Amino acid sequence: MGNVIGIGASPKRKEDQRFLTGRGNYVSDIKRPGMTAGVFVRSLHGHAILRGIDKSAALAAPGVVAVLTGEDVAADKLGSLPCGWGISDAKGVPMKEPPFPMLAQGKVRFVGDMVAFVIAETPEQANAAAELLTVDYEVLPSVVGVLEAVRPGAPQLFDDVPNNICCDWELGDKAAVETAFRKAAHVAKLSLVNNRLIGNPMEPRAAIAEFEPGTDRFTLWTTSQFPHVVRFLMGALVLNIPQHKLRVVAPDVGGGFGVKQFHYGEEAVITWAAKRVKRPIKWVASRSEGYVSDRHGRDHVTEAELALDEYGKFLAFRVNTLANMGGYLSTFGPNIPTNLYGPLLGGVYTTPAIYCNVKVVFTNTVPVDAYRGAGRPEATFVLERIVDVAASEMGIDRVEIRRRNMIPKEAYPYQTPVLVQYDSGDPMGCLDGALVAADVKGFGVRKAASASKGKFRGLGYSTYVEACGLAPSRFAGRLGARGGLYESATVRVHPTGQVTVMIGTHNHGQGHETTFAQIVSEKLGVSFENVDIVFGDTDRVQFGMGTYGSRSLVVGGAALSKATDKVIAKGKKIAAHLLEAAEVDIQFEAGNFSVAGTDRTKSFEDIAGAAYVPHNYPLEVLEPGLEEQAYYDPVNFTYPGGCHIAEVEVDPETGTVTLVNYTAVDDVGTVINPMIVEGQLHGGIVQGVGQALFENAVYDEGSGQLLSGSLMDYCMPRADHMPMMKVETHSTLCTHTPMGVKGCGEVGTIGSPAAVINAVVDALAHLGVTHVDMPATPNRIWRLLQNASLPVAAE
Amino acid sequence: MQISFTLNGRPTTVDVEPATLVAELLREQLNLTGTHIGCDTSQCGACVVHLNGLPVKSCTLLAPALDGATLLTIEGLQGAPGSNQMHPMQEAFREHHGLQCGFCTPGMLMTAVALATEKPNLTEAEVRHGLEGNICRCTGYQNIVISVMAGAAAMNAAKGE
Repeated sequence: MGNVIGIGASPKRKEDQRFLTGRGNYVSDIKRPGMTAGVFVRSLHGHAILRGIDKSAALAAPGVVAVLTGEDVAADKLGSLPCGWGISDAKGVPMKEPPFPMLAQGKVRFVGDMVAFVIAETPEQANAAAELLTVDYEVLPSVVGVLEAVRPGAPQLFDDVPNNICCDWELGDKAAVETAFRKAAHVAKLSLVNNRLIGNPMEPRAAIAEFEPGTDRFTLWTTSQFPHVVRFLMGALVLNIPQHKLRVVAPDVGGGFGVKQFHYGEEAVITWAAKRVKRPIKWVASRSEGYVSDRHGRDHVTEAELALDEYGKFLAFRVNTLANMGGYLSTFGPNIPTNLYGPLLGGVYTTPAIYCNVKVVFTNTVPVDAYRGAGRPEATFVLERIVDVAASEMGIDRVEIRRRNMIPKEAYPYQTPVLVQYDSGDPMGCLDGALVAADVKGFGVRKAASASKGKFRGLGYSTYVEACGLAPSRFAGRLGARGGLYESATVRVHPTGQVTVMIGTHNHGQGHETTFAQIVSEKLGVSFENVDIVFGDTDRVQFGMGTYGSRSLVVGGAALSKATDKVIAKGKKIAAHLLEAAEVDIQFEAGNFSVAGTDRTKSFEDIAGAAYVPHNYPLEVLEPGLEEQAYYDPVNFTYPGGCHIAEVEVDPETGTVTLVNYTAVDDVGTVINPMIVEGQLHGGIVQGVGQALFENAVYDEGSGQLLSGSLMDYCMPRADHMPMMKVETHSTLCTHTPMGVKGCGEVGTIGSPAAVINAVVDALAHLGVTHVDMPATPNRIWRLLQNASLPVAAE
Repeated sequence: MQISFTLNGRPTTVDVEPATLVAELLREQLNLTGTHIGCDTSQCGACVVHLNGLPVKSCTLLAPALDGATLLTIEGLQGAPGSNQMHPMQEAFREHHGLQCGFCTPGMLMTAVALATEKPNLTEAEVRHGLEGNICRCTGYQNIVISVMAGAAAMNAAKGE
């Protein structure tokens, strides 16, 4: 049976060899014969009427092949970039959905909005020609903040979207919440901002498109997390290319985090243009271009109120949020601050009544969409911050108030008042584990040691639950999804017994080539080395919805598990024939088919061989070959959860916050590869720490200019920002996924911002500080300290 | 103009436009695409190579500067000559899961090898400080730091043999 490496093992990753030796195959590495270079000309204004574009000088420049604008798009009657979700307000009125042309028509609505595409022989020539394009703008005032955008008299982005409100969405029982607030012994209130983030995967976006006139086929290579969805959205809804004439390839992709899970206008423009110029075209974004065109994340302004009884039991939770959508609706845009936010406001608590209102608002900024966690970090931040505020105001210990409200392990499955039903979990177990792992008992000593150096030390807790494994299609459909959210896998057993898996998820750092091979190795008893995972090519993989929302193992892994079950079932039929036994008597174990109670056996390789050389084979009742496919549509979301504890030290002289300890105890269900899970948790936590301490996308109100438009202005976490993190798992099994898995890609980013900010507030509580908005930069903290009521010095 | 230099141990002569960046020369003209370009402000470090044994960001260096020099890229990083093995630092990154999407990895490795060469007994703080010019968005750096320390120890051990 060879080298089986199964569930729970940590083999070294199959994908590492090529990445370690510089032999990855990213889109920007690909060259095609006769390839030209494309450059996008983007709006320099946040808001302007596009009066005209003079192409003549650019067209006359050396090496220029073509210059395309919104007028050309309109002349070809191409579609608008589609939004994948349609939400509605409380009365059932659908959201406002203005068109999002792939090249701007009539108006530009954010700095970075695309106005033209210049194609030339070389990138240098394309860039030079782009400089010669004359774009006639009539500049209008921009509005970039949500509070400003909904004020009377604010600049209006669209004629038919009054007050820039796309949708006034709500969830929950408003009346029940009001009743509970009237009975409350205490009401905690909190106003906060969830800062706008830019995902910054290390590989900038890129695309290459090619048209083959002999077959009428298009190929698009793109840095995407979901090539099949790009094929569908772009082919069927934008460019009118039949699905069988369009191949989308997403090869090695250098990080996604959500940024690459949308259908971008660049993809549609370059594919359309490739047919017009009859040559392959390549476009590679610069990092600066990514800042003004990669979809941004978060950007909420929120007022929250928590009603409690005299013992600190939560009675009701009310949340009003303004969520920034940017200049247009992106692929998942309106779904993120609504369906992925409101239903998570219950957290791990028994709060009986919750009401949430979200006004989804257009502004003159880059469209906002999913970024790692997507709605769930925002929900967790509001909830875990206000729990701390309530504890402090009522004089109850922060851990104790959480314990009093936590859903006990025995109460699962647990129906929340906001749609979702958690299938399993043990929040108290995670909390207890984290308290020990973080050595909370020793905190007092550490705090005193910090004080002796003139530093303020703080400890912060955050518990959380997330809904991931997107998603049950029917449920999602009721919430406004315009597509299904299942996943598919094909298990191809070769005549020699090796296995190739075609799966619809996409691997861009998550280690799928390893994790999925472990599942096959364990289930079929074949050597780990004899399993390869294929993804990211619509010509090779049957179908798929891609990778986002911590869904790959949960939904894709389930499809893979089902497909391997089908292989085993067919193998048993073949074995029954070869072993002259009844099918019910055939057992499959450790790579061998045998007749129960006998020593008669056939290896997996024997069965594969017989399936492809069917001389002695039940051809009358069974097809030859050994290849099975499964589609899996989950019955519920999965609900990973956990407890994170952050410990910070604040230097009152400079306002610098240093993260000194970080502990996470997470419930991610069954762990297939502990090494990979730990890596996902590390990365997720640091992205959340980045939001809490460093990262902030800042726009200039009025001009709409992005002020944090490069890696020199937008602070990314670096190696010396972090201590060694302590990461543990405390797993309960998901009750409805085949292997009990829950997903782990986003948990770190969901739990960490609140833990870090709660620690910062704790460090400064003696100065009367009750809240700090993210990011807690030295400047922000220093200003707080200057305004604090007590002396700054620690003595 | 024509420039001659030693690339991954081999004498190389190429015609380049004087304004060509080393990263572009490697990727576009020499088809060595392991050196990555992740930004346009010399911040990310995905393009780090060794020029005359020292780590440099190849996106900030003009190709004419290579004339007469010795250049090592990720494609030339290897274990003992003739062994067909990976470099101990590459092995350490694999062993300790020091990479996820792989995009920053070539630059991380080149920086790490230079760090470990310069100072054999690196502390965790020195590794973290030494990686300041390389951004990774996937790993949270923890396993990279562990990998670099293990790789440095393995390089030391190999030297002692």
